[in-house]
Amino acid sequence: MFPLKLISCSILAVLFAIAMSAATAKTLRYATQDEPQTLDPHSASLAVTTRLLSNVYEGLVGRDKNFKLVPWLATSWSQPDALTWRFKLRPNVKFHDGATLTADDVVFSMERILSPNSQFKSAVQGVSKAKKIDQLTVDLIMREPNPVLLNHLFTFRIMNKAWAIKNNSINPQNYKDKEDTYSSRNTNGTGPFMLKERQTDVKTVLVQNPNWWNAGSPEKGNVTEVVLLPIKSNATRAAALLSGEVDFVNDPPPQDIARLKSSTDVKIAEGLEARVQYLVFDTSRDELLYSNVKGKNPFKDVRVRQAIAHAINVQAIKTKVMRNLALPIGSIITSTDQGYAKDADKRLPFDRDKAKKLLAEAGYPTGFEITLDCGNNQPAADICQAIAPMLAQIGIKVNPNVVNTANYFVKLQKFDTSFYLLSWGTPTSDALSTLQYLLRTNDGAGTGNGDGNYGRYSNPKFDRLVDAFRVESDMKKRDAMIREALLLLNAELPVLPLHQAIIPWAMRKNVTAIFPPNSVPYFFRFRID
Amino acid sequence: MLAFIIQRLLQCALVMIAVGFIAFSLFNFVGDPVSLMLPPEATTADRDEVRKSLGLDQPFYVQFVKFAGNALQGNFGISLRLGRPVSQLLIERLPATLELSMTAALLALLVGIPMGVYTALKRDSWLSRFILTISLIGVSLPSFLIGIFLILIFAVWLGWLPSFGRGDTIKLGLWSTGFLTLSGLKALILPAITLGLFQMTLILRLVRSEMLEVLRTDYIKFARARGLTNNAVHFGHALKNTLVPVITIAGLQLGQIIAFAIITETVFQWPGMGLLFIQAVQFADIPVMAAYLCLVGFIFVFLNLIVDMLYYVVDPRLRAERSGGGH
Repeated sequence: MFPLKLISCSILAVLFAIAMSAATAKTLRYATQDEPQTLDPHSASLAVTTRLLSNVYEGLVGRDKNFKLVPWLATSWSQPDALTWRFKLRPNVKFHDGATLTADDVVFSMERILSPNSQFKSAVQGVSKAKKIDQLTVDLIMREPNPVLLNHLFTFRIMNKAWAIKNNSINPQNYKDKEDTYSSRNTNGTGPFMLKERQTDVKTVLVQNPNWWNAGSPEKGNVTEVVLLPIKSNATRAAALLSGEVDFVNDPPPQDIARLKSSTDVKIAEGLEARVQYLVFDTSRDELLYSNVKGKNPFKDVRVRQAIAHAINVQAIKTKVMRNLALPIGSIITSTDQGYAKDADKRLPFDRDKAKKLLAEAGYPTGFEITLDCGNNQPAADICQAIAPMLAQIGIKVNPNVVNTANYFVKLQKFDTSFYLLSWGTPTSDALSTLQYLLRTNDGAGTGNGDGNYGRYSNPKFDRLVDAFRVESDMKKRDAMIREALLLLNAELPVLPLHQAIIPWAMRKNVTAIFPPNSVPYFFRFRID
Repeated sequence: MLAFIIQRLLQCALVMIAVGFIAFSLFNFVGDPVSLMLPPEATTADRDEVRKSLGLDQPFYVQFVKFAGNALQGNFGISLRLGRPVSQLLIERLPATLELSMTAALLALLVGIPMGVYTALKRDSWLSRFILTISLIGVSLPSFLIGIFLILIFAVWLGWLPSFGRGDTIKLGLWSTGFLTLSGLKALILPAITLGLFQMTLILRLVRSEMLEVLRTDYIKFARARGLTNNAVHFGHALKNTLVPVITIAGLQLGQIIAFAIITETVFQWPGMGLLFIQAVQFADIPVMAAYLCLVGFIFVFLNLIVDMLYYVVDPRLRAERSGGGH
């Protein structure tokens, strides 16, 4: 009798366990266009990878539901002097393999992110090294002051030292190597989800981390498993959502949004992405490469740039091209970025007569011809096509030149352009990287100054402002300098911001998602009901 | 026969060198993978360094010679997109593509030939006319459209079959198969129809027209005059004589099916080599593209060889001519 009872008891227990797990298991099937290239948190800084790894690895600082910086793996920090930041680590944080987080892991991750194969150096801007003070205290020693270090550190993710050494992954993947690195296929973070299975281009499965230090967070939802399913084809991705084979799509095809909205099983959550679409003029050459104006450069005249700003009907682009998924903007940085100034976010109004008048004053009453370069990704190509007839109305004949994305950057890096369209969002949510990278004069020093300034705008006053606020630690003074720089841009218009994109997330009706400005889905905040 | 095969294998090598060389000279135009590998805020110095470390700063013929040298040792390099050895990626993807294309090819043959025979024998029946009308759709509609239609009907409206992926697979050594699970078989149906439909209608129409031709020949009339049964005439004499062109076309089409599974694989997110290739093109992932093109070149040459050998089996005249002329 006894064994039988025992057996039936254990069967009951098993059944109960199965029923329990069925009741609590909440799997989110998440479809997205592209496969994450690597699982190494210090290797490739690309959006697809970041979206996945932000759920597995964590940083010293984090961001809450409202995108405010909050203590994360560090519980507090201080600045003993201008060139030192001291972080107190959270005790008893466990990595997925069970190891405990210590200062050694932070020092190791800092060395790793500063190594030549890493592409995340901007996450530790200004830091020269990390120093262990005790088991749970780390000092970051700065090369130069960085008043917004915390904004940057948000994307500095901590990896376990012992695990990396054991698996021969001290450095991020180097593409010269013949073999792949263990850490590009496996993970060991402290985050809310851990990697269970990975089949490239088929699926990647994350499961809830049962020992997550922040499991008691009031922001926590109820997702226990995330299955990432890359689906390349737009139509198939939308179909899979409609047929209920996936629960969440972070990049539904824009042409299908209306149809998805009309379905009773699907809903759309829209969020404003901190990314600006903007036009750039070649303000450097004495004669444009791709124009019929010879002997001079019309874009050197601010009135021509203003005329173009007046001639572009950004509302029409918003409603017709972007299907209302855009917010017109007059500033190159967005409202969620540190340094944003409302009075510097001003567009010149759409006014064709004014545009014609300015053009005539500048000496081009009949306009001129110009080639506008843009990538073949959407919506960029469509925006280019829409701008051409708008400028034709004031006599500027625009030839849109749509270039394959892989070739596009090569073209721009060679400054082989007169007028181009691009989009930019800063990973650090701070004005510095935008202004320094996109608009400061490229001095060739290799410090990132003007590396994305393909129109080669150069204004000593602007450069001085950027150099000054880069190391200014008084936030008030810093913000004032940023504002002055932004106002200068508004007056000079070396770049013409168009809009911020609104990103639609499509999901089944029973899913609740929270959209942060960096458009990363933090699955621990998701709910399935 | 052996000399013939060796000769063909040598041709195969030549074709592959040519494929590799042409492919490499085109890679200059696919764009710069470095711009996609690095984040937008990377410095110019970073980019130059990565470009140099990958050897992308060298002229294409130098890159080609390096590639060919490594390929001969079975090393196709590391995928720039996924950071894994290319040969490993291709081996992983090969089963998916082969299972899909074999299923599609079998479907095309097993449905196409009987329907071709039927429409040739019962030329005027309403069913023949119906089949022929429908077959026009298969010939004229592009496969991505057929795929999307099938997804709409069977996945979105009816909810019977999955719209993407390969279902669950079982590992048999290196080979992962979807044939042994229910979800794997279900996932196979729509892509196989999409991929095989064009070949099916092509074979149907080919068999029909060949059959009609053969039925008009004198030896069929004699066979009838000898009093043979209809079955013996139709299948023993007529069908056998229509098969030579059908084998040629079917063999070449099998290569096409494998090589052009790209579109079907993209529509259905079928994790095969075609999908790998499409993504490689978008990322300018040169090592993957080069290896894939060489592999497809090899498959084509290999299938041609098989087709040539099958002629011997089906057509006794070839055997006679060869041995008569050669010795």
